[in-house]
Amino acid sequence: MGTSFGRGGATTFPGDLVNSDVIIIQGSNMAECHPVAFRWVMQARERGATIIYVDPRFTRTSAVANIHVPIRAGSDVAFLGGVIHYILENERYFRDYVVQYTNAPAIITSEFKDTEDLEGLFSGWEKKKGEYHKRTWMYEGVDPEAAAGARESKAGKKGEAIQRKPIQAERIDPTLQHPRCVFQILKRHYARYTPEMVEETCGVPKHLFLKVAEALCRNSGRERTGAFVYAVGWTQHSNGVQYIRSAAIIQLLLGNMGRPGGGIMALRGHASIQGSTDIPTLYNLLPGYLPMPHSKHDKDYQTYIKLNQPPSGWWGEFNKYFVSLMKAYFGQAATKANGWCFDYLPTLTGDHSHMNTVTEMADGVVKGYFIMGENPVVGSMNGPLQRKGLRQLEWLVVRDFQLTETADFWREAPEISRGEVKPQDIATEVFFFPAASHTEKNGSFTNTQRLLQWHHKAVEPRGDARSELDFMFKLGQRLKLLYRNEYNRKRNWPIRDLTWDYPVEGPLSEPSAEAVLREINGFTIRDGKTLGGYTELEDDGSTACGCWIYSGCYRGGINQTARRKPYWEQNHIAPEWAWAWPDNRRILYNRASADPQGKPWSERKRLIWWDEAQSKWVGGDTPDFIATRPPSYRPSREARGKETISGDDPFIMQADGKGWIYVPTGLQDGPLPTHYEAQESVVKNPLYGQQCNPERMEWMRKDNPYHQPYNDPRFPYVITTYRLTEHHTAGGMSRWLSWLSELQPEMFCEVSPELASEVGLKNGGWATIRTMRAEIEARVLVTRRMKPLKIKGRTVHQIGLPYHWASKGLVRGDAANELIGFVGDPNVAIQESKVLTGMIVAGRKSKERRFITSGPFYKSLPGREKDRDLPAARRKPTTGHGHKAEQTKEGNV
Amino acid sequence: MSQSNGFSPLRWPVLRQLQRGDAKGLDKSAVSPQTESLAARTKSADKVVDSVCPYCGVGCAQLVYVKNDKIIDIEGDPASPVSNGCLCPKGAATFQLVTGAHRVSDVLYRRPHGTKWEKIPLAKAMDMVAARVKKTRDEHWEEADEKGNPLHRTLAIAHLGGATLDNEENYLIKKLFTGLGIVQVENQARI
Repeated sequence: MGTSFGRGGATTFPGDLVNSDVIIIQGSNMAECHPVAFRWVMQARERGATIIYVDPRFTRTSAVANIHVPIRAGSDVAFLGGVIHYILENERYFRDYVVQYTNAPAIITSEFKDTEDLEGLFSGWEKKKGEYHKRTWMYEGVDPEAAAGARESKAGKKGEAIQRKPIQAERIDPTLQHPRCVFQILKRHYARYTPEMVEETCGVPKHLFLKVAEALCRNSGRERTGAFVYAVGWTQHSNGVQYIRSAAIIQLLLGNMGRPGGGIMALRGHASIQGSTDIPTLYNLLPGYLPMPHSKHDKDYQTYIKLNQPPSGWWGEFNKYFVSLMKAYFGQAATKANGWCFDYLPTLTGDHSHMNTVTEMADGVVKGYFIMGENPVVGSMNGPLQRKGLRQLEWLVVRDFQLTETADFWREAPEISRGEVKPQDIATEVFFFPAASHTEKNGSFTNTQRLLQWHHKAVEPRGDARSELDFMFKLGQRLKLLYRNEYNRKRNWPIRDLTWDYPVEGPLSEPSAEAVLREINGFTIRDGKTLGGYTELEDDGSTACGCWIYSGCYRGGINQTARRKPYWEQNHIAPEWAWAWPDNRRILYNRASADPQGKPWSERKRLIWWDEAQSKWVGGDTPDFIATRPPSYRPSREARGKETISGDDPFIMQADGKGWIYVPTGLQDGPLPTHYEAQESVVKNPLYGQQCNPERMEWMRKDNPYHQPYNDPRFPYVITTYRLTEHHTAGGMSRWLSWLSELQPEMFCEVSPELASEVGLKNGGWATIRTMRAEIEARVLVTRRMKPLKIKGRTVHQIGLPYHWASKGLVRGDAANELIGFVGDPNVAIQESKVLTGMIVAGRKSKERRFITSGPFYKSLPGREKDRDLPAARRKPTTGHGHKAEQTKEGNV
Repeated sequence: MSQSNGFSPLRWPVLRQLQRGDAKGLDKSAVSPQTESLAARTKSADKVVDSVCPYCGVGCAQLVYVKNDKIIDIEGDPASPVSNGCLCPKGAATFQLVTGAHRVSDVLYRRPHGTKWEKIPLAKAMDMVAARVKKTRDEHWEEADEKGNPLHRTLAIAHLGGATLDNEENYLIKKLFTGLGIVQVENQARI
C-alpha cells in the first residue's frame, strides 16, 4: 500500500463499503473473521452491490456472496494479473483518471527489462549480492531515489545509500502510446495472463474468471466504484506485498482510489495491529514510519536526513518529524549542536525481524527476551524452532493473562512429552507477569481503519496484574536508578537523557496514559502548549512530538480519541467519533474523488471538491490535500518539499504525487507483481522458468528443512491455514474461555469428499498431517466446502487447517503452525503460512515427532533446492543474520 | 398491579384477561409480579465506562457496566458508527475474558533448570528483570563494527508483542528499548 499510494494503511473504512457497487473479498474470510465489519458488506448487497469472494474454501462469506471463486492457494497474483490483462485488453480502464492521477504515462529507462524478457527475473539481478539493483527500474532521466514506499515496513536487509532527488517523471506520454511508458510496459508484462492461463494456474474455470472481471469493470468508472477487501490471506506469502500491489494496480486502472465505495480495505486481526505499526513495535521503524538508522549508511544526523528527506512530496517535511521525535525522546539533551542526539539511536545491520530473532536465539546470540501479549510457540511458524530458541535463552519475560504455551514451553511441549527434552536440562530463567486487561487500564487502540479509539479504565487490576504501560514505566525507572553511577560512559547517556517523568495516578501509582498520548500528539518546548497537528511541527527544536502522524489526536488539550458522538447525529463519515490519522481524514487520497479541475467525477460519487468562492476544498471528509491549494496550482521548477505537489496530484505522500501502477523504487522484488509459486508448491511455475520469488527470505538451516519446490512425492497436497470466528489467533484470549471453547471445541482439518476417499478419511475420524518439520493430528471434517481443483488436467487437493489450538486451555489440540517452516516476504519479512505442501493419512498415527528433536522421520530425497531459481539467480549469498546455514551455528551441525 | 401475596379472587387470570381485553392471555395479564420486577443487570450498574473490543482490528465499541468496583456486564455500544452496537461471539465473550477464573494474579518465577513455578513478589521480580537487562546489555554491547560504522546497540535482548496493546504502551516499549540500544523489537504485524 505504501509503495503504491504513499501510506501503509487501509485507504477507507468498512462503513463506507455500503457505497460500493462491487466488493471483491480475497485473502480474507470476512464474514467469519471480521463479522461486525461484514454487516456493511451485507448492507451494500441489499443496495444492489455485487459481492465477489475468492478463496480456496467455501465459507460463510461464500454463502452470502454473489460469486464464489475457489482458487488454488498461492495463485492470487496470477488471478489478479488476469484481471489487469482483461481491463487493458478490453480498454475498460478509467482513462482520465489513469492519465492524470497515476504514473501510467511515465516513461521508464531503456535499461529496464521485464520478467517477460528474462524468464521471470527483472533486469538488475546481481548474482553476487543475491538481490536486485533497482537502477534499471527508474523513470527515464531520473536518478534512483526512494519515495514514501521505502518507508513502509521494509525488511531493511539492504538499506540503500542513495541521495534523494526530485522524482517527477522527466518524460511522460499522456497518449499512453510510447513503448516504454508504464502503461505499455504493463500491457506487455500481463500479455500472457489470459483467462486460459488463469484457468491453468489457479484452477479457476474461464467462465467464472470472466464473470468476476466483467463485474469489476462494469461497476467502475465515473458513476460507479468498487472496493477490495483483504487480510492475512494475502500478506502471509513469500510475495505477499505483490498480492496487494496487484489490487492497487486494478484500483488505479479502474479509478477507484480516494472515492466513496472505492479503495482497498485491509482487515487487521488484532485490536491495535495498525497502531503497533504506526507507533511501531517493529525493528526497522521509528514512530510515524521514520526509518531506523542503518549502520552502513546513516553515519550521522546530516547523512540520515540527506538520505531520507526527498526534495519533493510531503516527505520533504521529514526533518521536522525526526527532530520533534528526538525532542520527545531526549528532551533538553537533544540539541542542534549534537545532531538532536542522533547517535543515541541504535543502528541496523540487516534484517532483525521476528524470524531472524528466533534463529539467533537458537544460535545463542539473543540472551534475554520479552514477550507481551503474544504466544509465538503457537502463533508463529515452526513451533519446534520457536521452542528451541526459548531453550537457549538466559532469561525470558512473558506477560499475559494466563500461562500460555510460550510461558510453559519448558514443561509442556511435544518434545518434552516424548522425553527428548527434559525440563531439568533447560537453563532458561522464566518470569511470568500477569497482565491487566483493557478494562483495567486507560489507553487507545488504532483499529483497522486508522481510527484511534480510547478505552477507559473501569476497575483496578487484581493482584499483581499490571498494564504494560506500568511495567515499562517502572522498568525504565529502575534502569535509570541502576545506571545512575555509570553516566560517565557515553553508551549510557541515552538512558540518562530519556525523558521519563510521566505523572502517576490512582492507587497503584500508574503512569498517566493521557500524558503519554499528549507526548505522542506533540507540544511546544517553550510553554508546553498542546499542538493542533503536524503542520505545526518545526525542525529547530521548538516542538516535541512522539509520532507525527498522530499529531492532532490531543488537539486543544482534549483527548480526541475519546470522542463518542453517536453516529445518528453526524454524517456517514462520522468525523466526531474518535480520531483517525492523518488529521482525522477517513478516506485517504480523497482529492481523487474530484476531477483534475476539482469537480466531483460524478454527483453520485462525490466526496470533496474545490469551492471557488471559499477558495478551499470542502465536502464530507477532511480533505487529504493541502486545504487551500487550488486545482490550478503548478509548482515552479525550484519548488521543494510539499510545494512540489500540484493542484491535481492526489497522492501527496508520493514524491511525484501520483498513484504508482509501476513502482520504480521502494520494493525489493520488482516494480510489477509477477506470479511466483510458493516455496513449497505442487506445481511448476506455469508462467516462468523462475519458480519462486527470487528475493524471498529463506532460512537454509537444518532445523528448518524444506520440501522439494514442486511435485514432492512425499507431500502431494496443498495445505492452507485459517481462523475461526470463535477463536482468536493463537488462542490466548479464547481457549481459556468456556463460552468460546464450547463453540469450537476441537482441532480439525477440512478435506473434500474426493480426497477423503483417496486417502481413506472418515468424517469425524482422525487424520495425521505431516511435513518435514512435524506431524500433528486432527479430527476430519469431510466437506464439499473444499473443492478439488483441476490444474492442467491434474487434480489438486487442498487441506484446510485452523491454527488456534495447542496443548493448554480448556480445549486442546495440535497446533497447525508446528508444520510450517520459516519463509518470508523480502519487503516486510512476513512469513509464508497460507500455503505449503504436506501429507495426510488416516488415523491417529501422529507420534508427535518433531524434526528438530526427533530427527528426520521422512526418507530424504535428492535435493532439488536449486530448482526454485533460474541459474542466474542461484546460490544467493548470505545477507544479514540467521539467514543462511554458513552464518549460523546450531543449524549447521 | 396488586402486590398482595395472599389469594385474591381479583387476581384470577380470567378476570385479569377480561379487565385488560387480553382475550388470548398472551399479553400483560400473563405477567407475574416476579417477572415484572426483573430488570437487566445493566440497569443496576453504578457506572458505565466507554471501551473498545480487545479482539480483532474492527474496533467495535463496548460499554462496560460496573457495580461495587466489579464489572457486571460488557455490551456493544449502539452509538458507534463502527459497529452500531454489535459484537461478534468473541466480543460478546469479553466479560468472561476479563473476569474469568483463568486469569493469573501472581507473579511466577521458574529458576534455571527448575521443574515448577514459584510465586515471587512483584517488586522483587521487577528488580530481577531490571538487573538482568542491565547485565545482558553491559556484557553484549556493540559500539561499532570492524569498519568503525556506528552500532550503539545490543543484539542480546529482544522483544515480541504489541498488536494487542495500547498505542501508549507501544510508545513506551519502543522509547525505552530504543534508549537501551535494543533493536529487535517486533510484534504480530509480521504474523
